[in-house]
Amino acid sequence: MSQKIKKFLDKFGYTRIIIILFLIMLFIAAFALELQTDSLISGILNRAGMNMILTLAMVPSIQSGTGLNFGLSVGILCGVLGAVLSIAMNLTGWQAFLIANGLGIVFAIIAGYIYGLLLNRVKTQEMLIGTYAGFSVVSGMCMFWILAPFKSPKMIWPYGGRGLRVTVSLEDTFDKILNNFLLREYNGIEVPWGLYAYIILLCLAVWLFSRSKTGIAMQTAGSNPRFAESCGINVDGMRIIGTILSTVLGAMGILVYAQSYGFLQLYNAPLYMAFPAVAAILIGGASVHKASIAHVIIGTFLFQALLVVALPVTNAVLPEGNLSEVVRIIISNGIIVYALTRIGGGE
Amino acid sequence: MSKPILQLIDISKDYYGNQVLKKVNLTVQPGEVHAIVGENGAGKSTLMNIIFGMPVIHNTGGFSGQIIFDGEPVNIDSPKVAMEKGIGMVHQEFMLLPGFTITENLKLNREITKHNLISKFLGDKMKSLDMESMRKDARKALDTLGVDIDEMLPVEGLPVGHKQFVEIAREIDKTNMKLLVFDEPTAVLTEIEADLFLKAVKKLSNEGIAILFITHRLNEVMQVADNITVIRDGEVVGRLSREEATVEDMARLMVGRKIDRVEKSKKVNNGSQENILEIRNLKVDMPGEVVKNVNLDVKKGEILGIGGLAGHGKIGIANGIMGLYPASGQVVFKGSKIKLNNPNDALSRGMAFVSEDRRGVGLLLDESIEKNIAITAIQVQGKFLTKILGINFVLNTKIREHANKTIKELDIRCTGPEQPVRRLSGGNQQKVCIARAITLEPDLLFVSEPTRGIDVGAKKIVLDLLLKLNQEMGMTIVITSSELAELRSICDRIAIIYDGKLEGILPPDADDTDFGLMMAGGYSDMAKEVS
Repeated sequence: MSQKIKKFLDKFGYTRIIIILFLIMLFIAAFALELQTDSLISGILNRAGMNMILTLAMVPSIQSGTGLNFGLSVGILCGVLGAVLSIAMNLTGWQAFLIANGLGIVFAIIAGYIYGLLLNRVKTQEMLIGTYAGFSVVSGMCMFWILAPFKSPKMIWPYGGRGLRVTVSLEDTFDKILNNFLLREYNGIEVPWGLYAYIILLCLAVWLFSRSKTGIAMQTAGSNPRFAESCGINVDGMRIIGTILSTVLGAMGILVYAQSYGFLQLYNAPLYMAFPAVAAILIGGASVHKASIAHVIIGTFLFQALLVVALPVTNAVLPEGNLSEVVRIIISNGIIVYALTRIGGGE
Repeated sequence: MSKPILQLIDISKDYYGNQVLKKVNLTVQPGEVHAIVGENGAGKSTLMNIIFGMPVIHNTGGFSGQIIFDGEPVNIDSPKVAMEKGIGMVHQEFMLLPGFTITENLKLNREITKHNLISKFLGDKMKSLDMESMRKDARKALDTLGVDIDEMLPVEGLPVGHKQFVEIAREIDKTNMKLLVFDEPTAVLTEIEADLFLKAVKKLSNEGIAILFITHRLNEVMQVADNITVIRDGEVVGRLSREEATVEDMARLMVGRKIDRVEKSKKVNNGSQENILEIRNLKVDMPGEVVKNVNLDVKKGEILGIGGLAGHGKIGIANGIMGLYPASGQVVFKGSKIKLNNPNDALSRGMAFVSEDRRGVGLLLDESIEKNIAITAIQVQGKFLTKILGINFVLNTKIREHANKTIKELDIRCTGPEQPVRRLSGGNQQKVCIARAITLEPDLLFVSEPTRGIDVGAKKIVLDLLLKLNQEMGMTIVITSSELAELRSICDRIAIIYDGKLEGILPPDADDTDFGLMMAGGYSDMAKEVS
């Protein structure tokens, strides 16, 4: 019996068990502090859905052997650019969301290709180089946001000056377009079915791709490049495909994130957006070499649940000023650090 | 007879139950040049590692037997102890600091120092180097060897031969040196350098230093060695003095073993006259196994063996043809030229390859058996696929069906087609590799080192399997192996590669002496002498 339990624990992974125990602890605290659990659960569902596609973007890059995509900001910027252009075109609603996606995907394919070429030149260092490539591109785009000749009053500073605002409200474009689609309430718990339907659709697409000939070739190239080469697979090509897919998912992911948040964040906001996604998939049990959809779903839920529950709990425990904000930052970065120590794999 | 400098008594060593040395006895006199010859894997290097106290020996459970050095039983448990006792070793790989001069390398960690103003106050650590006397010592050591190179040159950029001499000079510069061990010292030297080196060896032995000399080059052995010990499969199979030894004797002792020839039914016409593969001027840049210029024909329906000692390039041939290492030259398969450096082209034309690096190149260790078996066929031939909306999806049912069939046919011992190959034994892993190759239904199958790292029982099964593929399916097979006995048991012809070139082709029942000579590169020399 104890053998069986141990086997189960080994398989499930100690990382996840530790995180789940911590989460349960927070929930007990939340109960004890008489916080509203239904709003907490709604919050978890919302936050997890919001971040899921960004985490999903890690899957193709891990499978193709470039490791965790620390340069996810490249894809994120493509999505943001798509959204900015759709606003500039004065589109609204679904039209705005779809056009933003369409443009974002096109930019992401181009950017992902170039980024993939870069990663092929720095094999075994992809993650470090990727981080800084992401940082540089974010900074480069900061200049673009200032210099770009956009005229839409929704985006430029209301009191004049140059450039786009730091946050652009999506109120009359595609704010909550997925979240409010098929939104249902059960005993005060809000479940955004539309958002999850969209997520399931994308997860399914990624899963189907992994069953295709190209998908299998990509996974082979990722798990053993020498083996793949001996099977006649173009390893560098597969790595580029993986990077493109990851970048495209990054672009689509930020649009899901933005519609749920209600704002488009420009300038430095995308700088650190790769880290929560990286942390989530690692907590989910992925390693640098292996990742699956299950890792994405489990990881995103655990990671976001921690953040959602930790904030009100610390708020209640430490009501003074912004001390709770400090604690929140410590907790969220602490989880990221913990996840990164699990980078070798949680199997 | 003087007191022996080194005596080994009943030295045995096993690596995890795999016996590599069996009761080896060896005696070396002061000033004697003692050669140890044997095939790869005969146990020579293990013996040297024991004498020098290398950590690899003690990390794997030590050895049994006794070493008597200079008349006393000694316990050499680290290279440091060996050095203190007066044993020096010149390694095959150079252990030199490239940016330092020859003198500095020679004197590394044994620098001659002198006092200066600061050291008088701050102690010995602050002493400065006495470059002048270090140079003198270095010069002396180099002169002993008869090498005329400037002792102040940096090691970086020196020709390999000179690096080898610097290594030797470093050893002889140690004042208490009594025994020097050379591990294949001439392998990297040119002929002239080798001559120079052998002269130096003689000089050293005249000064009373005993020398243990491991080599395959039988001619050199004849030139310098006073006594010769031949090791085969971890046992001493012959002790010869130079006067009584001949190259032929040594070759026979080195190779000779009982041959269990698997009897073939001669129904299939093996070795028809038609060439299925013609290799011309093949050069392959595979590190450690460089192919320099190989011309070789493979006849349709035969089993061709490629043998030779490690490092001579036999493994590079198949790897080069299959596009895994940069290759140049011309390879004609079934009448048409194949594109080199392109694995896809080689595979799609009907060649398949079972790599010698089973765990590195041959398998996806964490994937299932069925995936391993199917993957090349999926990618190269589009097998097991179905098209939905223009996208090729993999049909798991078909893969499962094929995997089950193959597992049964090849008798792969596993819990099912979904088991990860990492959990299989070496022999069964090898069968998965072969299964992957034959799923391609190739006309020509390259198999490299098919029995490396698998146990004796599994070896026979793998060889029988290859024979069956050849006999029943008419597959042409090229086997590359370091184990000559294994090649002789199933091949129709055996090509021996020496120094990146084809030395000769022999029938499997040829004389041991011929095989030995060819592998040691002496065959063409002998032929020259005769003609």
